[in-house]
Amino acid sequence: MARVIVDVLPKAEILDPQGQAVARAMGRLGVTGVADVRQGKHFVLEVDDAVPDAELERIAGTLLANPVMEEWIVRRETGTGA
Amino acid sequence: MSARVGVITFPGTLDDVDAARAVRYAGGEAVSLWHRDTDLQGVDAVVVPGGFSYGDYLRAGAIAARSPVMGPVVDAAQRGLPVLGICNGFQILCEAGLLPGALVRNAGLRFICREIRLRVENATTAWTSDLTAGAEITVPLKSGEGRFVADDETFARLEGEGQVVFRYAETAPNGALRDVAGVCSADGRVVGLMPHPEHAIDALTGPSTDGLGLFTSVLARLTAAA
Repeated sequence: MARVIVDVLPKAEILDPQGQAVARAMGRLGVTGVADVRQGKHFVLEVDDAVPDAELERIAGTLLANPVMEEWIVRRETGTGA
Repeated sequence: MSARVGVITFPGTLDDVDAARAVRYAGGEAVSLWHRDTDLQGVDAVVVPGGFSYGDYLRAGAIAARSPVMGPVVDAAQRGLPVLGICNGFQILCEAGLLPGALVRNAGLRFICREIRLRVENATTAWTSDLTAGAEITVPLKSGEGRFVADDETFARLEGEGQVVFRYAETAPNGALRDVAGVCSADGRVVGLMPHPEHAIDALTGPSTDGLGLFTSVLARLTAAA
């Protein structure tokens, strides 16, 4: 088994009001220097080694993310195999 | 025999009862469809109603779009079955690939629940032929993720082909791009909109009876075709 991480973020050109609200809250905490925040999702999948990268990409692009409004990164973590 | 219009219920659907009532008010027979159904019972059209299907898990409409009942709905829609998606139903039809674009969180982050005026942009679709292009209708809007977005290429197609069906008559309160409240498929038989025509069919319970026109439109078309 391998651990696969899929990170999903709203596309840069799509307004992310949640990220903006987080950025404004940082200002209220006195944090400076954070120019922008985008809020997304982080999926952790336990995947059989036989599952090819193309299948992982299909899972991410057809279910975990909506390509109309989101972008994603698929990362297969090594060294976690059981 | 009156036309039969399927109304789908998913776990978390809220507005199936009002949608079925609107079908009956317009003179049709409402047929209840369940999210696990794989047989559409020979219905002549389908309404995908509003609510929070599957708790809006993953993305609004994302799980429902991949539920058993949506397989035959997508197949039938591609062969010309009229389908109307309202609110969460609109989100589901976008996620299922039957309608272009996507619905994201309201620009102000607030859930919006109020009456709103819409301008009818296309009165030739299967669901709007009883409305008048350029006229305004008043219906409720109640959604937290109703901001329509699409890329420039998609918008060029939507505007060029008359696929924008409804626009907010005022500046879109949810930040929808180009004030778009509803769109249709290229063949005009699949329509989705965020506001709720099924809640505006009787003066006793709604702000107007303007919403009834969507349901009489499809029934008139189905009766003419029969």
